[in-house]
Amino acid sequence: MESCDGISEGKVMANIISDETIEYVGILAKLELSDEEKEQAKHDIGRMLDYVDKLNELDTSGVEPLSHVFPVHNVFREDVVTNGDEREKILANAPEEKDGAFKVPKTVE
Amino acid sequence: MAKQYETVIGLEVHVELATKTKIFCGCSTAFGGAPNTHTCPVCTGMPGSLPVLNKQVVEYAMAVGLATNCQIHQYCKFDRKNYFYPDNPQNYQISQLYLPICHDGGVEIETAAGKKVIGIHEIHMEEDAGKLVHDEWEDCSLVDYNRSGVPLIEIVSEPDMRNADEVIAYLDKLRMIVQYLGASDCKLQEGSMRADVNLSVREVGSEKFGTRTEMKNLNSFKAIARAIDGERARQIELLEEGKPVIQETRRWDDNKEYSYPMRSKEDAHDYRYFPDPDLVPVVISDEWLQAVRDRQPELRTEKLARYKREFDIPDYDAGILTESKRMADIFEETTALCGKPKKVSNWLMGETLRLLKEENMEPDELGFSPAHLAKLIELVEAGTINQTVAKEVFERVFYDNADPEKYVEEHGLKTVNDEGELKRVVEEVIAANPQSVADYKGGKDKALGFLVGQTMKAMKGKANPGAVNKLLKELLG
Repeated sequence: MESCDGISEGKVMANIISDETIEYVGILAKLELSDEEKEQAKHDIGRMLDYVDKLNELDTSGVEPLSHVFPVHNVFREDVVTNGDEREKILANAPEEKDGAFKVPKTVE
Repeated sequence: MAKQYETVIGLEVHVELATKTKIFCGCSTAFGGAPNTHTCPVCTGMPGSLPVLNKQVVEYAMAVGLATNCQIHQYCKFDRKNYFYPDNPQNYQISQLYLPICHDGGVEIETAAGKKVIGIHEIHMEEDAGKLVHDEWEDCSLVDYNRSGVPLIEIVSEPDMRNADEVIAYLDKLRMIVQYLGASDCKLQEGSMRADVNLSVREVGSEKFGTRTEMKNLNSFKAIARAIDGERARQIELLEEGKPVIQETRRWDDNKEYSYPMRSKEDAHDYRYFPDPDLVPVVISDEWLQAVRDRQPELRTEKLARYKREFDIPDYDAGILTESKRMADIFEETTALCGKPKKVSNWLMGETLRLLKEENMEPDELGFSPAHLAKLIELVEAGTINQTVAKEVFERVFYDNADPEKYVEEHGLKTVNDEGELKRVVEEVIAANPQSVADYKGGKDKALGFLVGQTMKAMKGKANPGAVNKLLKELLG
């Protein structure tokens, strides 16, 4: 079976993700994964990297790196205050609040 | 013989820009608002909100880059620096990694050891984080996002500094340049200028750098100097004991004069930067760059050279006067009005600095108008008031920006030039102090000073001491 990324489902993956890597990526992303989910994630990331390997086969020397998909640049604001005090609306999104501030679990310095 | 060590220092300096609004939204940057009153969906990272770049931020960054001899990346863009911490509501900070706006510059510093150029690796634009306050009563932290999204530039130096003197000279130079550009007030204590110190040691003669540490929480020049000496000693001790220096971020405790490893967000140094898809690239045309270049004000180094050429004042005075742009502006405007640079300089170097020190104020906080100082100088020059009264009047100019002419008029401080009046008072003083008169006649010159003082007192300071002196001598024969 050929999937949409052009890499066949059954093919042996070139990129094998180790348990340590998936653990580390999980910590960076603040994700707690079950063993089952870890295996699935290892498989998915491996296939993504295989796809990137395939893209890397293209000769891109002499091609300017793309910074943005839209051919647009210089979208600016003038330095003028346009927002007023909307604290109540903003704090409506806070899980908890205290003294006009977002209340969060204690952070250790 | 004991090993000789060399300290290698590079700085990351964050400067809060003096824009009215945040870098990506129209919220005010005013300091001191009640918590979260300067926030909106953009600077609190609400899903679906879109950042739009403040043009003034780009112009300030360009101005600082040009003034520090940097190259400008005329095509630059923003990247996301990913980390989780409650002061950062988006879970990423918008910064510039791949194409920072300025690169490869440098500034010349001068220390007792001579002149030296400190290289600037790059300057990039980014947003500040919110402020976390640890609650005193509950086991929680409170977040205020008023500072979230306030524009910063980060000036990254090359590892070109070797001791605290060079670091202080470099910071002072940067501060002066940025202040002159009006891009920031650069106050270390208030956090509008923050310096992180990257430091390593190596044996003298070694080409290879040692392992470096990064120190944070340095909020005065003195703390920076102490932190450098403390960290150098700590690293040398480790090396002498054969232990490795660990590459880490440390927090300087200025009371204990020791640095401690920081935990929290600095743990993961893997920020997984990637281009921010919400922001389109910035393209700086030659015309735009030239327009910013044309608007650059005279910087301190140029000003000092001009003062030497134009005004007859000592180099030392010129150095002090130009240390603050506000002071230099007052000097120039007052001089333009009264045409007496030496007198203006004396008032600024003398009474002004004395009162600033007394009030624990910075020259930038000076609030009096040059026109009033110029008037005061003219009043003294014309003999309308004497030097003692002038000092009293100056205090009112300094504190209340009082109009000296009016003040002198209203308080009847004009020097009495009426000879009859003066003579009458002097005669009274002579009659009331027979002993001093006898002393003077007996050859004690000091007694004359006492009589002059008594006369000035009787005249409530409104006499010309020279004239009193002369009159007394005449009358006492």
